[in-house]
Amino acid sequence: MTRFILRISLLLLLALPARAQDAFTAALPGLAGGFGDIAASVERLGASGDPRALPLLRALQEGRLQKAGDGRILLPDGARLLDAATGQPAEAAGAEAVRLNNRVRQALRGALGRLQLVSPDPAERLAAAEAVFRSRSAENIPLLQAALARETVPRIRTQMELALAASQLVGSDAEAKRDAVARLGASGSVEARAVLIEARNANPEMATAIEVSIATIERALAIRRAAETLFQGLSLGSVLLLAALGLAITFGVMGVINMAHGEFVMLGAYATFVVQEACRGIPWLAPWSLVLSVPAAFLVTAACGALLERGLIRHLYGRPLETLLMTFGVGMILQQAVRLAFGAQNREVLSPPWMQGTILLPGDIAVTQNRLWIIVFGLIVLGLVFAAIRLTRFGLEMRAVVQNRRIAATMGIRTGRVDAMTFAFGSGLAGMAGVALSQIDNVSPNLGTGYIIDSFMVVVFGGVGSLAGTLVGAMSLGVVNKLLEPYAGAVLAKVFVLVAIMLFIQRRPKGLFALKGRAAES
Amino acid sequence: MTSKSFTFTRRAALTGLGAALATPALRPAFGQGAPIKVGVLHSLSGTMAISETALRDTVLMMVEWANSRGGVLGRRLEAVVVDPASNWPLFAEKARELLQVHKVDVTFGCWTSVSRKSVLPVFEELNGMLFYPVQYEGEEESKNIFYTGAAPNQQAIPAVEYLMSKDGGEAKRIALLGTDYVYPRTTNRILRGFLNSKGIGNADIMEEYTPFGHSDWQGIVARVKRFASEGKKTAIVSTINGDANVPFYRELGNQGIKAEDIPCVAFSVGEEELAGIDTRPLVGHLAAWNYFMSIKGAPNEEFVKLWQAYIKNPKRVTNDPMEATYTGFRMWTQAVAKAGTTAVDAVRGAMIGQKLMAPCGYEEEMLANHHLSKPVFIGEVQADGQFNIVWKTPDAVKAENWSQFIPENANRRR
Repeated sequence: MTRFILRISLLLLLALPARAQDAFTAALPGLAGGFGDIAASVERLGASGDPRALPLLRALQEGRLQKAGDGRILLPDGARLLDAATGQPAEAAGAEAVRLNNRVRQALRGALGRLQLVSPDPAERLAAAEAVFRSRSAENIPLLQAALARETVPRIRTQMELALAASQLVGSDAEAKRDAVARLGASGSVEARAVLIEARNANPEMATAIEVSIATIERALAIRRAAETLFQGLSLGSVLLLAALGLAITFGVMGVINMAHGEFVMLGAYATFVVQEACRGIPWLAPWSLVLSVPAAFLVTAACGALLERGLIRHLYGRPLETLLMTFGVGMILQQAVRLAFGAQNREVLSPPWMQGTILLPGDIAVTQNRLWIIVFGLIVLGLVFAAIRLTRFGLEMRAVVQNRRIAATMGIRTGRVDAMTFAFGSGLAGMAGVALSQIDNVSPNLGTGYIIDSFMVVVFGGVGSLAGTLVGAMSLGVVNKLLEPYAGAVLAKVFVLVAIMLFIQRRPKGLFALKGRAAES
Repeated sequence: MTSKSFTFTRRAALTGLGAALATPALRPAFGQGAPIKVGVLHSLSGTMAISETALRDTVLMMVEWANSRGGVLGRRLEAVVVDPASNWPLFAEKARELLQVHKVDVTFGCWTSVSRKSVLPVFEELNGMLFYPVQYEGEEESKNIFYTGAAPNQQAIPAVEYLMSKDGGEAKRIALLGTDYVYPRTTNRILRGFLNSKGIGNADIMEEYTPFGHSDWQGIVARVKRFASEGKKTAIVSTINGDANVPFYRELGNQGIKAEDIPCVAFSVGEEELAGIDTRPLVGHLAAWNYFMSIKGAPNEEFVKLWQAYIKNPKRVTNDPMEATYTGFRMWTQAVAKAGTTAVDAVRGAMIGQKLMAPCGYEEEMLANHHLSKPVFIGEVQADGQFNIVWKTPDAVKAENWSQFIPENANRRR
């Protein structure tokens, strides 16, 4: 208690002479207080316009700002600490970092935004305009007008104009307000809608004009939402496609019910993790470890697949029940082996920078980059599989063995070797799916179990043995799932899709793309 | 060494085991009698293995700890580990096996509420004793179970109160996201009642459930974003369990949801779960627990040191359910020493009123309703995967396992 009183009186002592000084120095002591004091100080520093405020607030944002035991604020400068009030080097004994919470972060964003509106760095100016838009205060109007007067980059201009409109909406100029409502409505952005809804409650006299603007935004949003749902569906579909492609080979072409398929996917994800760890020490290689993982995962899982086929599955051809049980057991062994080797905890596979965040497609459709790349990757893999089957000698032999094993053998094809290679190929594809899944799901020993049922569903629904069927099946399941989700919830949407597939298979047991001809009969 | 555990060894010594305790750390000498059997009922495979494996290790660590101090009542402790494999009916079978075949004196186990509901009749029928170390939805009280995790009033309600406070961002709309089973559904029912009582209407509450292991969060996160853009400050309350959290947080990061815009407070995400996530985009999101590894003070330092030495990895983290296991185990050893026997009925009586200076830095007490008094902490995710405590209760809060917001059970409150 006494220490508390001491601290308060020290604060007061510091604060008293500060009153005579400038706004910058006066705002400093608050930074040593509670979260509420820190937020208030940050706002005052942002309003001060003092050149010393910017480096100070940046240091605070990065968690580098220190406070000494006596309440002085210390700013790191290289290896030493400077007293923020005097700019002189200071003792650092007993200093600890000034802590942040969300309230302080919010204040910081607004304050930094105000100070960075005229920054020479365009990225900072854009971020500043966004921050000022969010913090919206009438005090920002002159700042924004000044910044707009010399801004030349169109994208930043747009954002600044939005921020200006949002700020004018909370100002006192009625004419500017009406104008702002119209401009916000024309922007068609979700954030503008939030601002307008807030303003509607505060300005009942302008309610009609605001309603019109909100309705304009709603129309723009409805189209965008439909596009985003479609994208989400395609993204889910591409994940299903990747997971099912390997199965389309091992189950669809060879007829092997491989319950360990999911575990091959999981092995691919762990291969990604191992490659990432191996690349960690090499700075120029690290961002590309994910690309390197693709062939690595393919080779590892293909080797495992070949081993499984030669060692076990070939003895069980024509005995689907035994194959199912045996591969199920193999799957459990693989899971436990990985758990012993890597531990039960999830492993962290980092996303490279080019797979993080959101990008805006034309029409302001927000799309997450990792999902976009996975769609692209899924289509590339599909193309490669198609080419391998149609254009290579291996593909030709594979089709020959599937169509008529004995005649293929009499033509000099080593059918056993082709079986092993086909199974290895399918398993390798599962491994490549694992690379993609490591970006959106947990890298844990259970990774595969979540995908095995879905994969079989896609292959059966699309039509066993048909690549086109797998593609169409995966994409339609993905899109239907995402269309239903907002109405039925994630759990019921899955149930509906399952029921729909069951009914469909009742009507068309061979799936969407049934193979025709003699090969299909056997 | 805390003063509390010192009194424990002293008390044990008084019960006639001075010789055994004279050189406890060097070479424990055990008196007469068969070893005391400690059952461990945690999933070591399946979807919950990620969380429960560490609890198995914690119980094994505590058994070793107790044995290095001369055991309990001069008898050596022996752990009996079974694997219920994240399979809820198997939990009941394995519980029966522990009680009838191995004749364990006490069991530490379960994580999900559905597994606890599955073993409860077995423990009641065979009069066993189970220590359940995880925060849960309440609405339960069994004479055969001691609940060492939080009840809703020790975690969920304070966390939502924090979100609605000035420091928490004054949230006026809440999105309740959860995994589809009994714990999230009951907790969210309690929270809905609580929010309604605070003037937040149903129009400002969004509730969504997903299956275990759900990995495609794009649609739900996009809907939360839209829900948040309707003019009122919004926060997410997550009762998402198990490994579905990793893709959920990834999606939050990728869709650019910043903690200062839409803070997300989680009830089932601790240090162990964050170990698999790149936490840099998540800085500022919150978790509510009764213990964080970053808590300062001697009891926690001792606990963390014990764990990292036992697991032989100076980087392994501790978390809330591990602390609850540790606290429950130590209270049990205290109660056995007090009762002078491991007989379930005698130990149950001795358990009530047991106190321990827990690693969370507060003295916890076992209440007559078989729950603990615990402090509540709100922590912010840091870039290094640890939590920075931004709010805490001044004192330990007494557990209320029957919530006033569940009308049919409210009259069972004491």
